[in-house]
Amino acid sequence: MFPRFTLNLRIGFFLATRQIRRTSPWTTVLIISVMVLTFLNLVVVSGMLVGLVQGIGNATRKEYTSDIIISTLDNKKYIEESANITSLLGTIPEIDSLSRRYVEGAILEANYASRKENEKPNTANVQIFGIDPADEDAVTGLAAHIIDGSYLSSGDYDQIILGNHLLTQYILIEDPNLATLDNVGVGTKIRISVANTVREVTIKGIMESKVDLRSRNAFMIDTQFRNMIGRNDRNVDAIAVLLKKGADPVAVRDKLIRDGVTAFAKVQTYDDAQPKFVKDVVKTFNILGTVFGSIGIVVSSITIFIVIFINAITRRKFIGILKAIGIRGQAIEISYIFQSIFYAVIGSSLGLVLVYSSLVPFFLSHPIDFPFSDGILVAPPKETFIRMGLLVLSTVVAGFIPARMIVRKNTLNSILGRN
Amino acid sequence: MIETRNLTKTFKHGNIETHVLKGIDFRAESGEFIAIMGRSGAGKSTFLYQMSLLDVPTSGEIVIDGEHTHAMNQAKRARFRLFRCGYVFQDYALLPELSAIENVALPLLMQNLNKTKAFSRAYEALEKVGLGHRLENIPSNLSGGEQQRVSVARAFAHRPKILFADEPTANLDNESSALVMNIFRELHREGQTIIMVTHEEQYARMAGKIAKIDDGRIISVTNNG
Ligand SMILES: Nc1ncnc2c1ncn2[C@@H]1O[C@H](COP(=O)(O)OP(=O)(O)OP(=O)(O)O)[C@@H](O)[C@H]1O
Ligand SMILES: [Mg+2]
Repeated sequence: MFPRFTLNLRIGFFLATRQIRRTSPWTTVLIISVMVLTFLNLVVVSGMLVGLVQGIGNATRKEYTSDIIISTLDNKKYIEESANITSLLGTIPEIDSLSRRYVEGAILEANYASRKENEKPNTANVQIFGIDPADEDAVTGLAAHIIDGSYLSSGDYDQIILGNHLLTQYILIEDPNLATLDNVGVGTKIRISVANTVREVTIKGIMESKVDLRSRNAFMIDTQFRNMIGRNDRNVDAIAVLLKKGADPVAVRDKLIRDGVTAFAKVQTYDDAQPKFVKDVVKTFNILGTVFGSIGIVVSSITIFIVIFINAITRRKFIGILKAIGIRGQAIEISYIFQSIFYAVIGSSLGLVLVYSSLVPFFLSHPIDFPFSDGILVAPPKETFIRMGLLVLSTVVAGFIPARMIVRKNTLNSILGRN
Repeated sequence: MIETRNLTKTFKHGNIETHVLKGIDFRAESGEFIAIMGRSGAGKSTFLYQMSLLDVPTSGEIVIDGEHTHAMNQAKRARFRLFRCGYVFQDYALLPELSAIENVALPLLMQNLNKTKAFSRAYEALEKVGLGHRLENIPSNLSGGEQQRVSVARAFAHRPKILFADEPTANLDNESSALVMNIFRELHREGQTIIMVTHEEQYARMAGKIAKIDDGRIISVTNNG
């Protein structure tokens, strides 16, 4: 049995190579294009879906939590021993920079000067971050997110930066649950009420963020803000930690946990801190991507089926002759399997090159600008190869079935073109 | 060494039965060259297909080389055709994407000869039919006569017990026909058993015997002078 199979393999390969070589270049290009497109459909569609969501995670990491976020314990008002934790962080070589943040809920009020007695005050609830402008910029690049006015500098008393979603003019669809400030812009004075203090400040700049939460935050300089909230011990509410390139957030987190930081604060990597809905959406989109991918596999299988079916049926006479002169049916079937493999492997290899040499780098440098995420193309090599394997496998089956159907037909009828 | 006993073939399409072969007893000895003649529709091709194991008769027996072929399964028949039979069809029946030498070598490769041996035998066969200079041409780059000679080379390259030919010259001009028939005569001289269907008297006379078929029966077998 086995030596005959290897012989059939040999003959099948012989026939396949001759047939591929003499197929018209247009047909070859067409079939391979279909395979390339199928491969892209398989890898890119789900990769974009996942990339879109991963973009949300990436944005949160870049613009909000940084690599590691140290935050107030649930039952505390702020991080005790902030100073000691800060000096501990100073001794860890993997750490690039920190931003120490004072965070407090506040109410913003605008248009109070022109408000009539019977009108409702124009207010919005907000979290104000008291930051060192240079540190925060080093960690989250906040300065680059200013879309109007300018960023804070260290002496900017009574100045505030507002996230754009606090301003009515930047909101596309109003959400009745989220109040916004009308008719305010850079230079407008607004009133803030925080921890029993009311103060009038000037809007210095407006910032935009892909992170929804962040775009409803406000920023003031830490030296003023901590006085406003009476944080005389200088304990902060959060510390965002940016690591050096290549450093492993999990390793640094674990070191901080070992050093006892968790007695005073929560220590999370960007991934730990990711909102649950993001994780859920990633899962969902992965499933969706697989569904689309499976449809792609079915479509490509049908395509290959049709291609091989037409090829085999137009060559039915020759298949008959082959059988007549004693070529085994299995060898002929194998010749079609080889051809299918050839097209699938060439097609998906081209797709592979396209994905990793062009598409992934392209979307990395030119992410698709969704309002909530910079969409990139996520194509983990392992999954890509599994999909490639699936594609080749399904192609083999799709090529084998029609070949077998035609090879099984009566030899003489095939030669004579009878049914 | 090939013998048919009371061979019949009936085609059935729905309720319509066509009795094409009506009990043929036929015998050819090893090394004989037999021409089968008869008018169109007499059943010559049908008879040849049964004898050459391309089709399965309705009843009767075919014994080739002492082997009772009706007991063979499909795989065995394919193997028998590969090793013991050679085929020449009216329309050459070459594989269009294989070169001349590949067409001839293919059955030899299927016989598990190694590549070198298969191709050198294929080359010898093509030399013999006068196409030693056309080895790499694909069929569409050969004339009809040349294609038929490639087909003949394929049919005898593996030294089959019997060479079956169904109107091998019907599509050819006189010159090409003569070339093909001279090859047949040469093969016959070397001891090749040949059974050939033909309409052409002059070529039938090159055979040792002429068997005439009419209406599904052999009506005469005559020796050529
Ligand atoms: N598959 C089939 N179904 C029904 N009838 C068939 C079939 N094959 C052949 N016949 C009939 O059998 C008869 C003999 O056919 P065959 O091809 O053997 O004739 P032939 O002697 O070779 O004729 P020709 O000289 O024209 O080639 C014809 O009447 C033909 O129509
Ligand atoms: Mg005929």
